[in-house]
Amino acid sequence: MTQQAGTGTKAGTSRGTGDNDSFDLLIVGVGGQGTILASNIIGEACILEGRNVRSAETHGMAQRGGSVETHIRIDGRYGPLVPTGAADMIISFDLLEALRYRHFLKPSGTVVSAEGIVVPISAFQNNIEIPSADWIKEQMSDIKLITVDAGKLAKDAGSILSQNVVMLGAAAKILPLNKESLLKAVEELVPKKTVEINKKAFLLGYESA
Amino acid sequence: MVTRYMLGNEAIAYACCEANLDFASGYPGTPSSEVIDTLRAQKLRDFYVEWSVNEKVAFENALGAAWTGVRSLFTTKHVGLNVAADPLMTSGYTGVKGGFVILSADDPYAHSSQNEQDSRIYAKFAGIFCLDPANVQEAHDMILTAYPLSEEFEIPVLFRPTTRICHSKSNVGLNEIGKDGVGTEHRTGDFGKDPKQYVVVPAHTRILHKKLIEKQDAMAEHLVKLGLNRAEIKEGSKTAVIAGGIAAEYVREILPDDMSFAVIGAYPIDTEWLASFVGRHEKVLVVEELAPVIEEEVRQVAGKTGVFGKKNGCVPYDGELTLEKVSAAFEKAGIKSRRSFAPVAPVADLPPRPPILCAGCGHRAVFYAMKKVFGKDAVFPSDIGCYTLGIQLGTVDTTICMGASITIGSGISHVDNKQIVSTIGDSTFLHTGIPGLINAVYNGANQTVVILDNRITAMTGHQPNPNTGITAKGEISPTISLEAICRACGATFVETVDPYDLLLLLQTSTKAKDTKGVKVIIARQPCVIAAKKSGLKRRRLTVNPDVCIGCKACVRFGCPAIEFFDKTASITELCSGCGICAEICPKSAISQEVI
Ligand code: SF4
Ligand code: SF4
Repeated sequence: MTQQAGTGTKAGTSRGTGDNDSFDLLIVGVGGQGTILASNIIGEACILEGRNVRSAETHGMAQRGGSVETHIRIDGRYGPLVPTGAADMIISFDLLEALRYRHFLKPSGTVVSAEGIVVPISAFQNNIEIPSADWIKEQMSDIKLITVDAGKLAKDAGSILSQNVVMLGAAAKILPLNKESLLKAVEELVPKKTVEINKKAFLLGYESA
Repeated sequence: MVTRYMLGNEAIAYACCEANLDFASGYPGTPSSEVIDTLRAQKLRDFYVEWSVNEKVAFENALGAAWTGVRSLFTTKHVGLNVAADPLMTSGYTGVKGGFVILSADDPYAHSSQNEQDSRIYAKFAGIFCLDPANVQEAHDMILTAYPLSEEFEIPVLFRPTTRICHSKSNVGLNEIGKDGVGTEHRTGDFGKDPKQYVVVPAHTRILHKKLIEKQDAMAEHLVKLGLNRAEIKEGSKTAVIAGGIAAEYVREILPDDMSFAVIGAYPIDTEWLASFVGRHEKVLVVEELAPVIEEEVRQVAGKTGVFGKKNGCVPYDGELTLEKVSAAFEKAGIKSRRSFAPVAPVADLPPRPPILCAGCGHRAVFYAMKKVFGKDAVFPSDIGCYTLGIQLGTVDTTICMGASITIGSGISHVDNKQIVSTIGDSTFLHTGIPGLINAVYNGANQTVVILDNRITAMTGHQPNPNTGITAKGEISPTISLEAICRACGATFVETVDPYDLLLLLQTSTKAKDTKGVKVIIARQPCVIAAKKSGLKRRRLTVNPDVCIGCKACVRFGCPAIEFFDKTASITELCSGCGICAEICPKSAISQEVI
């Protein structure tokens, strides 16, 4: 390939064939919970398996404790955004956020959510009532919902900071990716000192779901 | 070739390296910042890179470099191009010797911006090229095209990714740097004097303008030759779709196999080429984000062909496109699609979760003191940065653009007797705040200016600025003094406080309130995130539940580490130990954790 010619420019008018050929998912949570690392692990696993992947992340202002969403389309060949009502899965690090984004899920999809709710600080200030975990679960009783005690499993693995990897492990059985590639991606992407903790976190999550 | 999972901005930066970039400058702004951040993090950095003081400064530095024959890059977010618009508008006249790419990242839906302006219009206004990628791979590849293109026509190239390109990730094919000499052929600048080209006095500029106009047709034709503007004609198809930028991706996903399709990846558009494509069809749907740039060109050449787009309500002018909106556009235009996506509404009335200032952020203390001392009748003009989040605390009354806190405040002060307290970050003050301060002092405004000095450009990802003391390359830079700058602007009341010292902060604010003229308070405390990264640890605080009376004074302060359950406050592990809540608590129920 010559440098100037570029690699994909000319092919850009080619269009899709076949329906819903990507596995679409959202990873949602609260800014600072590590949604981006989780999505990087999935993306890296796609590269290891030689597959296409498209994703879209929240950067900038919302990362300061706001609600954040990452869209990922495994085998995706078009735009990175998952349409509403079409996601195969939602991985949520917070129950309230799972409900906030559930409209993205298709009727046959699955929500894998951490137990527990980080209460938005504005709720304390403005006396807004925070819905209970039971109420939230009831709102999702029409879809497949798997909840995981990510905090406990992360502590068992050796660090509360590994909750995001616990959640990824819990989702792994449904993701169309090999467990081995995901584990390899975990190994490549987490800080060197925490590889063992995170691998354990992944496996604990995997067993729990 | 190697394949990596990469952020759009990383892929763009990598492509710049592949293209033998020699010089890069920019000012941080979401969604563009990671381009320079990636460049400055390169291990083998054999090119020059800087974070500049503002976009005009960055643009001119990069332009100067390009005039010497090296390959140059300037990065900004869309609104930063307004700041650099002065040199931009004449850069097409002067042209360049080395390739010059102006990266202006647009933000449809204003995810992190004050407006939804469309940079493509600037390119047209300035008479220069614009490249508009549809996906991350194309963004990478277009950079490789942009540099030779800029050199061939001696014209700057405006490169316009959007948030969903910059902050998207995908598998990207790259030419490995260092392998087979990729990215290693650097040039040395050699400025050749040529006043007719570089001194735009009227006699010269009139000629330069003519030359620029004369180039336009050849530029447009060349973009078709390069395949950046391309059409796929389906025999027998009476309908066609034309899409630009990322909209092309949404269209491709739902376009029927037998329908004609044209992709606009670059501007100016060759009108003859466009006319011949449009003229073959009875009906054309134009899908693009933001301004109807393509649509207006299509309408001009449409003749009898029916055009559907923004002007007849099929495609929105605002926000970002989605598969749902593009499906709706097909439907409204009466065009069949291969797949269709109907929007599903979210669950209504959930408690919102807006972004907030970090636990221990010094800005929060300043806002608290301002409200207490100046009262809610005072006017609080503010600026652009993390501190814009002070809107939740009732201490941000205006925000329009960089540097405008001081100027909007002085304008109001000349016609309204209320107390005025302008807040501005250190980076924003250096960016465009200083002229406003000089002007306020010079013209006798009556206002307090609080410089929220956290030593870093925080909101965009903690980039260094001249106040940080290090450069983009990580080198120690000469110290600058905000105090000396403010005094040199003519301000006589210049006081520096540590916002964690709430008592002093309140006293200084009261003094400012009681003094006439322009008062500057510099509230200095490093950003907690940056401080944590550099290894600073403070002991957490804790609430003694036996002493807490549940008055919620600390909760109203708004620190995200403070919770309130069962009539008692408590502090979570988010606490960064600033200690301000302890100063606020009327019962002294809050103290440092004993370990
Ligand atoms: S990143 Fe720094 S400046 Fe921004 S809110 Fe957090 S502490 Fe404050
Ligand atoms: S000391 Fe108080 S105000 Fe400061 S971060 Fe901790 S809880 Fe928040």
